[in-house]
Amino acid sequence: MSTTAKNIVIASAMAAAMTAAVAPAAHAAGKEKCYGVSLAGKNDCAAGPGTTCAGTSTVDYQGNAWTLVPAGTCADIEVPAMADGTERMGSLEALERDLPA
Amino acid sequence: MTNHQDFGAALLDADHPTPPRLSDGQGRPAGKRFDVYRNNVAVSLSDALEVAFPVIRRLVGEDFFRAMAGVALRRYPPQSPLMAAFGQDMPTFLDSFPPVAHLPYLADVARVENALRRAYHAADATGMTGDDLAGLDPDLFATMPFTLAPSVTVIRSSFPVGTLWQNNQPNADPAPLTGPEDVLISRPEFDPFVDVLPAGAADVLDALDGATPLGQALEAAPEGFDFPTCLSLLVTRQVLIP
Amino acid sequence: MFDYTPNSLPTSVGVGYKPQHFEDVIRDPGPVQWLEVHAENYMGQGGRPIAQMKELSQKFAISAHGVGLSIGGEGPLDPDHLKRLRHLMDWLNPASFSEHLAWSSHGIFFNDLLPLPYTDATLTRVADHINDVQQTLGRQMLLENPSSYLWFDDSTYSEVDFLATIVARTGCGLLLDVNNVFVSATNLKMGAREYIDAYPTEYVGELHLGGHDEDTDDTGAPLLIDSHSREVADPVWDLYTYTLAKTGPTPTLIEWDNDVPDWNVLRAEADRAAAALTPAS
Repeated sequence: MSTTAKNIVIASAMAAAMTAAVAPAAHAAGKEKCYGVSLAGKNDCAAGPGTTCAGTSTVDYQGNAWTLVPAGTCADIEVPAMADGTERMGSLEALERDLPA
Repeated sequence: MTNHQDFGAALLDADHPTPPRLSDGQGRPAGKRFDVYRNNVAVSLSDALEVAFPVIRRLVGEDFFRAMAGVALRRYPPQSPLMAAFGQDMPTFLDSFPPVAHLPYLADVARVENALRRAYHAADATGMTGDDLAGLDPDLFATMPFTLAPSVTVIRSSFPVGTLWQNNQPNADPAPLTGPEDVLISRPEFDPFVDVLPAGAADVLDALDGATPLGQALEAAPEGFDFPTCLSLLVTRQVLIP
Repeated sequence: MFDYTPNSLPTSVGVGYKPQHFEDVIRDPGPVQWLEVHAENYMGQGGRPIAQMKELSQKFAISAHGVGLSIGGEGPLDPDHLKRLRHLMDWLNPASFSEHLAWSSHGIFFNDLLPLPYTDATLTRVADHINDVQQTLGRQMLLENPSSYLWFDDSTYSEVDFLATIVARTGCGLLLDVNNVFVSATNLKMGAREYIDAYPTEYVGELHLGGHDEDTDDTGAPLLIDSHSREVADPVWDLYTYTLAKTGPTPTLIEWDNDVPDWNVLRAEADRAAAALTPAS
């Protein structure tokens, strides 16, 4: 592309972008859109509830102990085949066959 | 004598014997009392992963996520006392965890969620807005070098990772999942955003190194690159630092 | 011998600050004159946390309370973390800096306050580390007593004697967590009031109050957990009154870190502490 042609492209993009809405500046650090991010990675000095469960449950996914199957929101995505050519589905319904026996 | 190596090993592995010479103060073994610490470590780190990766959690379900977090926190325990940095290894973990091998897009979703947290704490910066473009000579604009705001991360994905992320936000109106997407994570004010980039925009953004003029950086873009849409996004999110 | 910036918290009630209370605490502070924050949560480069803290520090005194320094750790203190703390002191200039008598890192950061045996070896290590902190920060720090769930057979000092010796060796001040005293005393079948009686209260710069959960150990004996997830328990309020009688009016913090309630619930706890701190004459 010539410099002139390129600058025409830039000029028209600028014209379009000038009207792009900018969110009004929030007062100071006030309202959180969502606490999710602010709570992520928060250091704390309190103990967890109770004395058992998570700390003492054995987690051994390599043995036969891992029986859980993902069961969240379904995301049907075509995903590339695995290295050996086996097709994979992103669908969460089709999962069990990939779990270790 | 108890040492921290031994104590730490027992914290993360319930099969590891409780360190010696700990008691209940009445001459009996500490027993369950040591489990208080095991529980604190596992619960606090699992909780940290839960709030760091809400979309991964939605995608695999709460029970699965909780169990997976127990494995992840032991495989990649925190190295830094800043919990804001914990979870950086989640994409690597997800890529190597057999029970999710059939969900290869999870690692990229985790990269988006890590970038959001990074953006939240990144240095403040004042990027160009649409108003700044008004009255700016296009020829001059083409010669200007730019860097990207410190909050910015560009993620190139083989999956529709941006739409997948949007679809799993609270009250989302799910959009169809189509082809690969590159996404821009940015923070114009205090709240981070995830946006899908027009095809080729990631190449242009990579070329903005603080020295290369914008016009030259645009040469990195493919034929038919949608620069108007790209530039509108960049000034809306105040990504370009002159 | 020691020439550090002393702590300067107002002799009044503070609360552990949570971002969801940003607007409430400005609009309706009640008796709250100072806020305590976990130092590690304000070590980012920018964004909302730092902007909020810059604004809040114009209206409230701030106490920076570290939870990640691992003062009882076996190795040297993390030099990067010391630098981050120094940077925080420089821009926030808090009225107080405090940390815990505990360890939390050994290669891995365990994100918990882990216990120490009270021995000469631990004493030397902790005192050396506190000296490092105070020299790096150029200010006095306060050291907080932990909540204990178990007993080290190797300990040769009582906790109170251990703390008093640390103070003598380092010139640090003390943060007396009244709930932790109650939790530890219950868990290890010792007297909470005897702990307060023996405690060197003349070095106390701050008191903590927080809620705990109730559980039992293998023998069915009560095992209290320092969960910070509910109101301060009545016997802890009693112990607080008992403590104040010995310390005199002392800056007092309400801690509530898990299941954080609406502001009015937290404020009610602050009101209760304020009433005990400044009894109507």
